[in-house]
Amino acid sequence: MTLYGRGVDNPWLSLDYLRRSGDEVWEHLVIHASLTVQALAIAIAVAFPLAVLARRVPRLAGPILGTAGVLYTVPSLALFALLAPYTGIGRTTVLIGLVIYALLVLVRNMIVGLEGVDPDVVDAARGQGYSRTRLLLTVELPNALPSIVAGLRIAAVTTVALVTVGVVVGYGGLGQLMFRGLQSNYHAQIMTATLLCLALALVMDLAIVLLARWAMPWARSGRRARGRRAAA
Amino acid sequence: MSTVSDAWDYLTTAESWTGANGIFGTNFDGSLRFQRDSIIALTLEHLWMSFAAVTIAAAIALPLGLWLGHLGRGGGVATVISNVSRAMPTLALLTLFAASAIGFGNRAVIIAAAIFAFPPILTNAYTGMSGVDRDVREAAFGQGMTRWQVALRVELPLAVPLLAAGMRTSTTQTVATVPLAALVAGGGLGVIINTGLATQRYGQVLAGGLLVAALCLGIDALMARLERRATPAPLRNRATAAA
Repeated sequence: MTLYGRGVDNPWLSLDYLRRSGDEVWEHLVIHASLTVQALAIAIAVAFPLAVLARRVPRLAGPILGTAGVLYTVPSLALFALLAPYTGIGRTTVLIGLVIYALLVLVRNMIVGLEGVDPDVVDAARGQGYSRTRLLLTVELPNALPSIVAGLRIAAVTTVALVTVGVVVGYGGLGQLMFRGLQSNYHAQIMTATLLCLALALVMDLAIVLLARWAMPWARSGRRARGRRAAA
Repeated sequence: MSTVSDAWDYLTTAESWTGANGIFGTNFDGSLRFQRDSIIALTLEHLWMSFAAVTIAAAIALPLGLWLGHLGRGGGVATVISNVSRAMPTLALLTLFAASAIGFGNRAVIIAAAIFAFPPILTNAYTGMSGVDRDVREAAFGQGMTRWQVALRVELPLAVPLLAAGMRTSTTQTVATVPLAALVAGGGLGVIINTGLATQRYGQVLAGGLLVAALCLGIDALMARLERRATPAPLRNRATAAA
């Protein structure tokens, strides 16, 4: 690199930066991770009833997926802009935006997963006198899990990346560091934040995979979980 | 003085559309540039930047995807590329480019947007070509067609629906990415939102959000139409994006 900020050495990677601003980096990393986890938790809690509803009342499946699709097409910056005047600058606005984006992938994969459950299995459970709720929770849900997990993985990775756009409302986690690094032409700050973002996405993805393995002991030997990745 | 009525005022004032100084201006070096205070100019700039990014991406991804798909090799690479690009924050790439030798402004944005436009085109071209029925390919070879003829006259037409789907995904995504340009001193409709936030004019922020959302939904609808038109009628139900 021949680019130096006014004659000063300006490396892209610097341990010196971490030594000096480690606390600040850690703080933003924690904000970033907690925001992602919180958004995913809320998105799952909202998506599941919607998916079940779409499945029970097929007429609603189109409108639910359509609305989620339209919201998904609206760019993040525009969505934050539409929310900011009402929810203010800060965490709430970013959180709502993240939930909305995660919703489409989750709802779609949940519906695909629930629809893919073997009808014979459902019939057998019904024949044994399972109630609707029990059928859903103990038969359909576990069978739909591979597809749901695939959706969750996509949602998690996208959400980690999306948090950074929160800078427009002053709450972008690691994006805040990228943006400040850009304003002060501090290369190490931008690169560190970028690498941490990628690392966080990787860790989240791994955590979900491990969690899924633990939750689905029956799928461990087979390769079913892999083939079920519905289109993103 | 509610936000909504401010947004309405902003959108119904002629000057916010035409700008105080017309649509085009000149840079210091005499080259043409879009004015940053007119919705029309910013929309044109937005579309121009998106078009440039998708064109660059397609110029590389289409031949590469078609070639790899024809050979049926490198599918793993395509998947890895699209997964990494999903994890890479757009803002990270934008700030990295802007801080590097590429510099601030539209060029950095176009390159970054082109990189994000790349994976959907590549994976769809690959899937389209490699997914052609093996029997069809065998039959073409059996009739004495050369490798090139099989690729261009048999596989390519059958891959068109997926190619179109890839172009649609990529274009919609690019038009949605370009608003972030405003954060690194680039142009496009994001400028309205960014300026509004910086000057605490929330009516303008809301108006900008609506404009960007409308543009994206409009482009997506247009591309859906083109995709449908590019797809031969019998293949229409099977055409689903692979990315």
